[in-house]
Amino acid sequence: MTTQTQTQQIQATTVPARRRSAAGLSGHRFAGPLFASPALLGLAIFLVAPFVLALVLSFYRVQLNSPRPARFVGFEQYSRLFTDPDLAAAFGNALLNNFTFALIVVPVQTVLALALAVLVNRKLRGMVIFRTFIFMPLVFPLALTAVIWRLIYSRGDQGLLNAILGLFSGGSFTSHDWLGDPSTALGSIIVMSIWQSVSFQMIIVLAALQSVPTELYEAASLDRANKWAQFLNVTVPGIRNTLIFVALITTIFSFRLFDQVYLLSRSGSVDRASTETVMTQIINTGFDNNNVGQAAAMTVIFMLIITVIAIIQRAAARQRGGV
Amino acid sequence: MTISKSLNPGRRGGSMKRTRRWQTALHYLILAAVSLFFFLPVYYLIVGSFRPSSEVLSGISGFVPTNLSFDNYTGVFEHLSSEATGYFGQFAAVSIIVTTVVVAGSLVVNSMAAYSFARMQWRGKKVLFLLVIVLTIIPFEAVALPLYFMFSSQRDTVYIQAIPFIANAFSIFLFYTFFLDVPGEIEEAARLDGAGPLRTFFQVVVPITKPAFATVAILTFLAQWGSYLWPVLMVSDPTVRPLPLAISIFQNQQPPEWGQVLAFGTMFIVPVLAVFLIFQRWFVASISSSAVKG
Repeated sequence: MTTQTQTQQIQATTVPARRRSAAGLSGHRFAGPLFASPALLGLAIFLVAPFVLALVLSFYRVQLNSPRPARFVGFEQYSRLFTDPDLAAAFGNALLNNFTFALIVVPVQTVLALALAVLVNRKLRGMVIFRTFIFMPLVFPLALTAVIWRLIYSRGDQGLLNAILGLFSGGSFTSHDWLGDPSTALGSIIVMSIWQSVSFQMIIVLAALQSVPTELYEAASLDRANKWAQFLNVTVPGIRNTLIFVALITTIFSFRLFDQVYLLSRSGSVDRASTETVMTQIINTGFDNNNVGQAAAMTVIFMLIITVIAIIQRAAARQRGGV
Repeated sequence: MTISKSLNPGRRGGSMKRTRRWQTALHYLILAAVSLFFFLPVYYLIVGSFRPSSEVLSGISGFVPTNLSFDNYTGVFEHLSSEATGYFGQFAAVSIIVTTVVVAGSLVVNSMAAYSFARMQWRGKKVLFLLVIVLTIIPFEAVALPLYFMFSSQRDTVYIQAIPFIANAFSIFLFYTFFLDVPGEIEEAARLDGAGPLRTFFQVVVPITKPAFATVAILTFLAQWGSYLWPVLMVSDPTVRPLPLAISIFQNQQPPEWGQVLAFGTMFIVPVLAVFLIFQRWFVASISSSAVKG
């Protein structure tokens, strides 16, 4: 509102209103680079430099604060990652966990985000309150989320989840160690992660839903398409690119998985082997064990995976209409 | 059948109304169930923080608000009362300072860069902007370890927790998309009034692109308030420990005082939750505009 009125006021004073956006600043030749330089400097020091450094370090055997000088070892760090029996097994396992996590979370969370968006996109009395409840986890830091859910998953019949399941099954359900049991540990992490982040994706989908032109729905109902057919033929194609975007950020998020797992494994409340991720491995190797070169090689592989995902999904989005 | 169809047209409308009402009821039922799933952990955190530790993990009755008191809160402050354990107030102060510096810094620095890319002409601009776009896909996780290697001599300082997060490629991109829509006439008018680029930007452009600033502020705040990985690497001294790292250490105490852990968590989140409840619209708007086509 204010934007419009201000624009009009200023336009009224400018006669004639010519379109000469940036040319007006030509008197200040260095203004452009000067405006951009603080941010560019920051990105160069804190993003580009460490990124390049990771590449360099991955070719060395190097430790932090070690009297021994760094030694160039070529591709040894990489080959060890895939051939050294101890390392390869652990790293392969971590990669597998990330892929499993992504394989489950990406479809589930994308569909859930869509379902929730459709659910709250109806004009019903009290909807504001329901939305507030659903959006709430959004502001929860992952460290806090992990602490709360650690209690919910707590083993023994006094744990909340166990107690609820016990109640609904009429006592036939015996208590389960959700985080400690290798078969349910990753699944438990998945549920808490979805709880925390699905509303983020849902809000993005909701905005897309509301931007699908209503005429398309009117045309569809003239064609006697029922609600489900309308959803499949109007809604889904209309928000296709948004769904791809959501799948993209969820995939990348799956590979960045760290906070919850690291916090829980530190307190010994989660099965390690089945929840270890590439990021927790990088931190364990480079930080806890001070094997910086090895961790740098893992970082480079991690980065490659992220890049490939980004390229694939961007290409998918471009195929039709383009994002 | 035929009679009711031909003579009583209102009848069909009535049954349709009834199905609609059923649908609405079903809709509410699903909404309630979903809301319960999202709200129950929040409720459990807050109610549990007022209950004796022994009753936090007590099955279904963990949800029942009985024996409420502030004991856990005083317990947190008693528990955290020495140099070795750190103080809650200190953790909170570190988090507030770091988050404030990052949010304020990123608003200034990234908006200026974006403005330069969107509205000014200079050599090398296109290449650099392309680079910024490419950088948006690098998550912090990918550079955390080498960054720790670079700055390990600055460990246990407050500033090193903030400075790396001020410049942000994605924030630049967000600002950029907003600045593209600013009408050129406005800048022209400012120029005719004799304003230089700095005044044009801060006095003319910034006031009409407030939503961009709100968006970046909210997204940066949420990321920074919960920042965990960087403090894990850079902080071991309790006097500069931020809240996310502090709660992960506090929940690890032996024997566990769950009531106190929940009290700690409540103090960590309730201020944010309050801000969220007041400015919910803004939070939602900022998140949906974070999806601007990348």
